Amino acid sequence: MSKKTVLFACGTGIATSTVVANAVTEAMKERGITIEPRQCKATEVRSELTGVDLIVSTTQLPSDLDVPSIVTLAFLTGMGKAEALDKIEGELRK
Amino acid sequence: MAEALMNHIDPEAIVLGVDTDSREAVIRLLAEKLQAAGYVKDSFADAVLAREASMPTGLPLGHAVNVAVPHTDPEHVLKPGIALATLKKPVAFANMEDPDEPVEVGLVFLMALNDKDRQIEMLQEIMATIQSEEAISGLMQASSVDDVAAVLK
Repeated sequence: MSKKTVLFACGTGIATSTVVANAVTEAMKERGITIEPRQCKATEVRSELTGVDLIVSTTQLPSDLDVPSIVTLAFLTGMGKAEALDKIEGELRK
Repeated sequence: MAEALMNHIDPEAIVLGVDTDSREAVIRLLAEKLQAAGYVKDSFADAVLAREASMPTGLPLGHAVNVAVPHTDPEHVLKPGIALATLKKPVAFANMEDPDEPVEVGLVFLMALNDKDRQIEMLQEIMATIQSEEAISGLMQASSVDDVAAVLK
């Protein structure tokens, strides 16, 4: 599979999205998917979507984006992490 | 476990058993500590509060004590560090995932962040800590900075 670009978003674009980007990139590597991570503020996703395959955010995103998105706290709280990874893998293998 | 989270928390910025009804009071108290210790500019507290209103940081953990990790943009920060408060009774923050949903928070990590690369370890350690029920209950029972250090070392 070719490299997938995932946009990780959070309120500031430097804090929780960094934790999530690391966790997801490593977990997907183990599942055979190479991710090119990008990060931004949730309020700025609309202007960052070029070439993006999936958005993973810790906070609410603008509605009607043209790219699939997953909002989850699983990588911060540990709750539902396996399910969130399955969902991300499912989107990236589409 | 978070072996080195204590390295990022300033002992001068640890406040245990805070007794208040408002998240603003908790944030201002911790911001004051960070400012006195040279971590943040005087614009930091207002910036954190503004961000908390639109982009909240409450994290529901599914056990007795929930956590909030307030922070803001790097321009209000001088150097990275963390302030910690335990609350005598929970205070309402909003859920990071859904600003309309209140989260009763008992443990607050106020984060001064200004360097994406250097923060990764610090953030991962906070998240590892809050994923441990044992660490959270140890922090909630702490009555001194030494108690906190014993949990986080």
